[in-house]
Amino acid sequence: MTSRKWERFTPLQRLARFSVFLAAGIALAVSLRTVHVVPEFLYDAPTQMADMFSRMWPPDTGYYWTGVHSSLVETMHIAGMGTILALILALPVALMAARNITPVPALNWLAKLILVSSRSVNTLVWAILFVAVFGPGALAGTIAIGFRSIGFCGKLLGEALEECNPGPIEALKAAGAPWTSIILKGYWPQVAPAFWGISLFRWDINVRESAVIGLVGAGGIGMALDTAINLFRWNQVALILLCIFAIVIVAEIVVTKIRQRII
Amino acid sequence: MSAAAVRRPFKANWGARIGWVLLALYCVYATWSLDFSWARFVSGLDNGARFLGAMFPPEFTRWRMLVDNLIETLEIAVIASAFGVAFSLPIGLVAARNLMPTWATWPARTLIAICRSFHPVIFAILFVKAVGFGPLAGIITLVFASIGFIGKLFAEAIEEISLKPVEACRAAGAPFMSVIFMAVLPQVLNRFIGFATYQFDANLRNSTMVGIVGAGGIGGTLFAAFQRFDYDFLAAILLSIIALVMLGEYLASIVKAVFND
Repeated sequence: MTSRKWERFTPLQRLARFSVFLAAGIALAVSLRTVHVVPEFLYDAPTQMADMFSRMWPPDTGYYWTGVHSSLVETMHIAGMGTILALILALPVALMAARNITPVPALNWLAKLILVSSRSVNTLVWAILFVAVFGPGALAGTIAIGFRSIGFCGKLLGEALEECNPGPIEALKAAGAPWTSIILKGYWPQVAPAFWGISLFRWDINVRESAVIGLVGAGGIGMALDTAINLFRWNQVALILLCIFAIVIVAEIVVTKIRQRII
Repeated sequence: MSAAAVRRPFKANWGARIGWVLLALYCVYATWSLDFSWARFVSGLDNGARFLGAMFPPEFTRWRMLVDNLIETLEIAVIASAFGVAFSLPIGLVAARNLMPTWATWPARTLIAICRSFHPVIFAILFVKAVGFGPLAGIITLVFASIGFIGKLFAEAIEEISLKPVEACRAAGAPFMSVIFMAVLPQVLNRFIGFATYQFDANLRNSTMVGIVGAGGIGGTLFAAFQRFDYDFLAAILLSIIALVMLGEYLASIVKAVFND
């Protein structure tokens, strides 16, 4: 009797998997050998961190009303307006990307290109570009947040549109409804929950992002943070970080609560 | 048939209408308080045209510097992903509520929450102050970002596994590590590879940015080119970043194809 050995994967699959691990290992080894890291910096990092935190404590709470509050409100406005701008810009791109709504491959492809290029460029880089165009301030920040979010919102919205049930749409078409009615009464009720979910999720992300775009001059609390760091006012830095932490947590709680109610 | 029996198919939702009006009012208020104006927007478009004009054609003559920076960016992403994934494995395991007692999951969950709460750029600033300029600060930043992301997803993946193999192993008297390796890991390995490739992709995108605050990689060169109004070099850097990110996405898709069959 010959004994048969059962194996889960074919030799080719095992070879492919092994070569992925091998490639990852080689990449890590090469990177570790060639990256310019000074090991002494790593050894005394804990001491340096402890020193930094000791200088941060206690946070300068008196600075809140003089320097932080207005830029915190500005940050929230940038996040909110940036999200709204993104949704307005993403809607036509999503309609164009959905194959069941726009049955033109060239337009689908163009929409995909817009979505991918929006996501490949980081928010900070978008912010740098728009600071060069509109000058420093909240306008540049809002547009940067908006442009960065097109990719995210447009992709998810386009996928939601593609998953729509064609039944109601065919019914509307058979009744001779104009295309605006088909979009508003056929597609919109089906994608509305996804739309609100995407908007809330992106707003949550944008609150985090709008807190840092000020580092390149695009408005919000990041500008106050940048100033405080450049002046080595560590107690103010601590206060600003605590405030950013607080609004991020509050945004997350708000999003969770609203999601539970509407979805 | 009475009129009341006819249900209007699309009845007006006053709550939603009031909501839309409030949203419009908020937009007007925010636009006013952020000091947006049409004139500023139009002059900005003018600037934008000049800016784009200065960006073209992209200047690739300093390609050696560009390639060196791209390699450093890639190195930061690779090292940070490797260590981030390696650390988030045990942390995610400890954070899984179905395997660990509450006293163990709480600290792990708190650590994951702290790693997620701040934007990577803020971590980058703190680490640049702590360990000095250069790629080390970027690597530590992205390791933290990876723990925050993969640790959370990995803990959730473990919480969704079937407990039957775990019980079988325990009933057979297997020690704790065997339970992990034989009953838990085989169920989550595929998803874990997916998270790891996704995180490599995310780290690659973020490692192009941490340089803006001095944490190594191509971001520093980008910010310097911007501040010196070196816009044609800026265009070259942007194009190479996009190419690098696309390459990373392509690599991630290959790895996923190898493991998902």
